[in-house]
Amino acid sequence: MANRLTALWNWFDARMPSVAEEFRKHMTEYYAPKNFNFWYFFGALSILVLAIQIVSGIFLTMNYKPDANLAFGSVEYIMRDVPGGWLIRYIHSTGGSAFFIVVYLHMFRGMLYGSYKQPRELVWIFGVLLYLTLMAEAFMGYLLPWGQMSYWGAQVIVNLFASVPFIGPDLALWIRGDYVVGDATLNRFFALHVIAIPLVLLGLVAAHILALHDVGSNNPDGVEIKKKKGPDGHPLDGIPFHPYYTVKDIAGAVVFMMLFCVVMFFVPEMGGYFLEYNNFIPADPLKTPAHIAPVWYFTPYYSILRAVPPLFTSQFPGVLAMGIAVLILFFLPWLDRSPVKSIRYRGIFYKSALAIFVVTFLVLGYLGTEPITVWGQFGPWLGNADVATVAARIFTALYFAFFLLMPWYTAIDPCKPEPDRVTM
Amino acid sequence: MSEKKIDHTRRNLIVATTAVAGAAGAGAAIPFAWSWWPSERAKAAGAPVEADISGLAPGELQVVEWQGKPVWIMRRTKEMLEAVRKSDDKVTDPKSEVAVQPAYAKNENRSIKPEFLVLVGICSHLGCSPQSRTAEAKGEMGADWPGGFLCPCHGSKFDLAGRVYKGAPAPVNLEVPPHAYLSDTKLLIGEDKKGV
Amino acid sequence: MKKLLLAILFVPALAWASEAAYRLDRAPLDAKDLLSLQAGARTFVNYCLNCHGAQYMRYNRLTDLGLTEAQIRDNLILTGAKVGETMKVALTEKDGKAMFGAAPPDLTVIGRARSADWLYTYLRTFYRDSKSPTGWNNAVYPQVAMPHALWSLQGERALEIVPAKDGHSPADYKWSRISAGTQNTVQYDTTVRDLVNFLVYMGEPAANERKRIGIVVLFVLGILFIFAYALKKEYWKDVK
Repeated sequence: MANRLTALWNWFDARMPSVAEEFRKHMTEYYAPKNFNFWYFFGALSILVLAIQIVSGIFLTMNYKPDANLAFGSVEYIMRDVPGGWLIRYIHSTGGSAFFIVVYLHMFRGMLYGSYKQPRELVWIFGVLLYLTLMAEAFMGYLLPWGQMSYWGAQVIVNLFASVPFIGPDLALWIRGDYVVGDATLNRFFALHVIAIPLVLLGLVAAHILALHDVGSNNPDGVEIKKKKGPDGHPLDGIPFHPYYTVKDIAGAVVFMMLFCVVMFFVPEMGGYFLEYNNFIPADPLKTPAHIAPVWYFTPYYSILRAVPPLFTSQFPGVLAMGIAVLILFFLPWLDRSPVKSIRYRGIFYKSALAIFVVTFLVLGYLGTEPITVWGQFGPWLGNADVATVAARIFTALYFAFFLLMPWYTAIDPCKPEPDRVTM
Repeated sequence: MSEKKIDHTRRNLIVATTAVAGAAGAGAAIPFAWSWWPSERAKAAGAPVEADISGLAPGELQVVEWQGKPVWIMRRTKEMLEAVRKSDDKVTDPKSEVAVQPAYAKNENRSIKPEFLVLVGICSHLGCSPQSRTAEAKGEMGADWPGGFLCPCHGSKFDLAGRVYKGAPAPVNLEVPPHAYLSDTKLLIGEDKKGV
Repeated sequence: MKKLLLAILFVPALAWASEAAYRLDRAPLDAKDLLSLQAGARTFVNYCLNCHGAQYMRYNRLTDLGLTEAQIRDNLILTGAKVGETMKVALTEKDGKAMFGAAPPDLTVIGRARSADWLYTYLRTFYRDSKSPTGWNNAVYPQVAMPHALWSLQGERALEIVPAKDGHSPADYKWSRISAGTQNTVQYDTTVRDLVNFLVYMGEPAANERKRIGIVVLFVLGILFIFAYALKKEYWKDVK
């Protein structure tokens, strides 16, 4: 048996040696730093979630109907009538939120250890492109259940485009293909969600990984392991990705799957954050729900949008601020002037800035899920302004300050010297 | 010596992990594979149907839909039943030995009551629906045609009990669905006596 | 469109605040209490299903509640529907609009759109209001288009809402009884509790099965973790 398999493999290998070559290049002879910590699980986990979403998504399309009259009912059909359908749907809905959780943690890792810094700028840029594409994928997917939140969320976000000066209204009309979000919008979002954007995602994942493997992985110490090579030509602090990191990532993936299953099987709505309650009411173009908020992973940007006051009755400044808040991530490699990469050797300025940034992001995210009256009003001395709006403005300023002041505070940051080799 | 021991542990662990992961993976595949079975909606649509046969004239054919399939109910005349007798030597399985009918229809007329024939109108060859050819269609079917059914796809011929003619591409007789008489004029198709 | 956007972004909380004013009672539900679910199903088909449909819920799914198909057919199907059909309602959307001003919503997933506590409180806080077109109003959902469907059970009540003097604290709700129903307060609370229990079940019939499967899956993953972790340890002992 074993001999037969070896013979079969040899037959295959003689005809297509590139399979083994690529496996060696990216797995058994890809030397990754040996000191990866907890934060390094989330890249592999993103790929796992992507796979989960693709498989569960394919099976959902087998029963879902992208039709304004049938969409809501077809989701309930999946939840009730299709054998095991509820599980497939929960896998996909939990996976949607899980995707953003692992991606946010993965991005945070990059900021902790300066993974975006030279020579990994392209890795970072592909990563930000992936994040943007993922946002588009999530937004379009969220329309498909055709509940009230799906509908009005899409209505609001498409209308953001309408605030672009001059071309805005026509642009929004073109995106919708109708005067309001309608059947045409649903149908095109479905096409984009199930095939067009996933293809782009897959291409970008390939680019992200190829770019990474060309320059090599960063690590929690932020030192380049390629600078210190042993007599065999391999980095002294590197270990082959396979088997060392494959076995480690498998163990991590199992823990992740356990958390995933706890949510999916016991709290699939996650208190209204993963599946919003209002989305169990079918879309009604004539009736806006009293309180609409996007799904949690968009709420930091939604907060920024709401925080910026309209100018001459135009919402465009807010829209612009929101757009810049995402696009500014592209410039991170050049905004950071620090001589060191890792948080371990950075000075007090960057450490504080990053801590404030994390708090900012979380507070903005929270405020985005709540109505602006959530924290009550100030007294007449502040014009009875909503506390939450004022807070959102302050935190929006902090969000941008983190990036815009970065060239200054990272340049004067009192850094510690980096070690020669990684530490375990 | 110790080198070999390590390899053993490693190998065992790999085998064990792969086995458990394989089982978990197979478990994860279950809901996906399972979702291909007919849904509750399909099952409800495929539920037994009732047919009113009070208006059926002798010699007439009525078609009802059951599980999306055409089910024929034919009220056979005396001449038609005699024609069935005569075609015994022309058909492949005159005694209905192949179990494509419930036990209560395994008789010379392939029916509960001789008069009423109930058949699933789907050719046992490749699933086309045969068409009725009465005894008048002798021009098309040959001078000794006593009436029956002809499949338009590959020309299989069936007699008035749904038995397939020798030499036809269809291998077995037409299927008799489970059915029961709720009353003299009411037929239940898709379910036997149980539960009624 | 722009105005709509501004409206949504900046004044979203008004309607919300007024609806949230009445303090909700906690609904004492038990998803495993089959007798309660059966009682709720009976109340649902007798009192709700005349105007509201549950168009995604199949009658034969009620076998989840420990009923046989024959029992469902004999006791719970009042419309002549087949047991495999969904709980559709004869009232069309147009007729509903003409009768109540708004079509009665489908209730299949109402238990997921509205919280159990909301439903439990809402169904117990109808009161007589001569100013409303139906003669009924509701403390939780002011100006609701729905009349009190269970009034013959609960009886009629009146409500006086005394706004708080400082304008901030919750208003004072003073209930009084106009006429008695066929059930006393305790019985009526139980009826509503059973009904809400059923509505929540109907929102997600697979919920109990989901939790059962979840425990098995977590157990299997736990075992897998033990092996995966041991394997990782085994390999990583080389790494110095």
